[in-house]
Amino acid sequence: MEWQTYIFAFLVGGAITMLGQLILDFTNFTPGHVLSGFVVAGGILSGLGLYEKLIEFAGAGATMPISSFGNALVQGAISEAERSGVIGVLTGMFELTSTGITAAIVFGFLIAVIFNPKG
Amino acid sequence: MSTKKIGKQTYQPDNPPVLISTGTVVGPFEGQGPLKDYFDHIYTDLTAGERSFEAAEKEMLLNACFTCLNKANVTPQDVDFFLAGDLLNQTISSGFSALELRIPYLGIYGACSTSAEGLCLATMLVDGGFASYVLAATSSHNASAERQYRYPTEYGFHRKPQVQWTVTGAGAALVTPDGEGPRITRFTVGKVHDLGIKDPLNLGAAMAPAAADTIVRHFADTGHGPDYFDLIVTGDLGKFGYQLTVKMAESNGGFDLTKNYKDCGLILYDTGTQDVHAGGSGCASSAVVTYGYLYKKMMEGELKRILLVATGALHSPVSCYQGNGIPGIAHAVCIEMI
Repeated sequence: MEWQTYIFAFLVGGAITMLGQLILDFTNFTPGHVLSGFVVAGGILSGLGLYEKLIEFAGAGATMPISSFGNALVQGAISEAERSGVIGVLTGMFELTSTGITAAIVFGFLIAVIFNPKG
Repeated sequence: MSTKKIGKQTYQPDNPPVLISTGTVVGPFEGQGPLKDYFDHIYTDLTAGERSFEAAEKEMLLNACFTCLNKANVTPQDVDFFLAGDLLNQTISSGFSALELRIPYLGIYGACSTSAEGLCLATMLVDGGFASYVLAATSSHNASAERQYRYPTEYGFHRKPQVQWTVTGAGAALVTPDGEGPRITRFTVGKVHDLGIKDPLNLGAAMAPAAADTIVRHFADTGHGPDYFDLIVTGDLGKFGYQLTVKMAESNGGFDLTKNYKDCGLILYDTGTQDVHAGGSGCASSAVVTYGYLYKKMMEGELKRILLVATGALHSPVSCYQGNGIPGIAHAVCIEMI
């Protein structure tokens, strides 16, 4: 791995998240809009084959932002569709993302059991 | 033909009812503000020892009501009507409080204008001869309101400068025909206004047109101007709504509010050190400031005549999701020591 990767990761990840911050600061979109908008945008770029290229270029700069989740949804669906046909679009969608989703549910549950909300 | 109506939207009771006592409770954050000495009880914990924030809000409302009744030496059995409203769905804080108070209950909803709405209705009931005692109360709670309307803490939302801070607390006032205390001499019932502000994070701006309209209407109906009052207070317009109201009162009616106009949401907190952004909001904002701070200032003789203009935003999360504007309302109540 070349050392420049760190710089590209910083710049690309920073650009994506800065875009989110600008949308929040200068439009009436809510964090919910930004979140789902970035997931959909990542999915579309993934379908066009562009997001994988961005990951090759920027590494964690592209995989860390939430747009990577949209990419993972689409990549899972595409690869499963290649193996088992149309129905694979449905079964494969959560294949790559199941770790993240399950972790969110499990850790959310554990934290809710242990702590009381303060506000 | 109404004999009590003056002008278009203002009413004047024949026998101005008395606010014979009040009760106010606030949360820990409000209890650190500049008005802390004026409240009857300050909770040290946001949950008030209850299982949920919603239960805490009900506990606060009940506490304010009982404090108010105890001060006047009146039992719930003596009270004819309990008028209450809050911000939670189906106004559960009020309904569940009424269950325990055992006072005949009329639920009201004017969002954050509920305090003034309650006082308007209580005045009608008392002056109309329907009641000897009316208890008007309202509450709001930061955590329960955020959960319902905005962003609960878990969501990790970055608050914008124009966002306001929902006040945790409850206020109650006991209205009766005779006794010692400030009296409600006039009130103006406001119309609903919507000038197209759709941002639920900028409620002060959404409510300002209603506030300005009700203030101008009250002046036009009564022939009084801003100078007639020692103090004019709006409920919870915050920094931006306050500036807008001053501008609109000037442009719509030519009234200069800059001398004696304040906003409850701005005086409740020390905006320099307490991070409330644009100021306080919620039903409790006007209720605790008026029934706590202003009521005591009136009893001490420092204020003789005030105009309370409580403002409310009549949207719901669903109406916002569906792209509607945020209608605002404001009711004005003139409270005087006479």
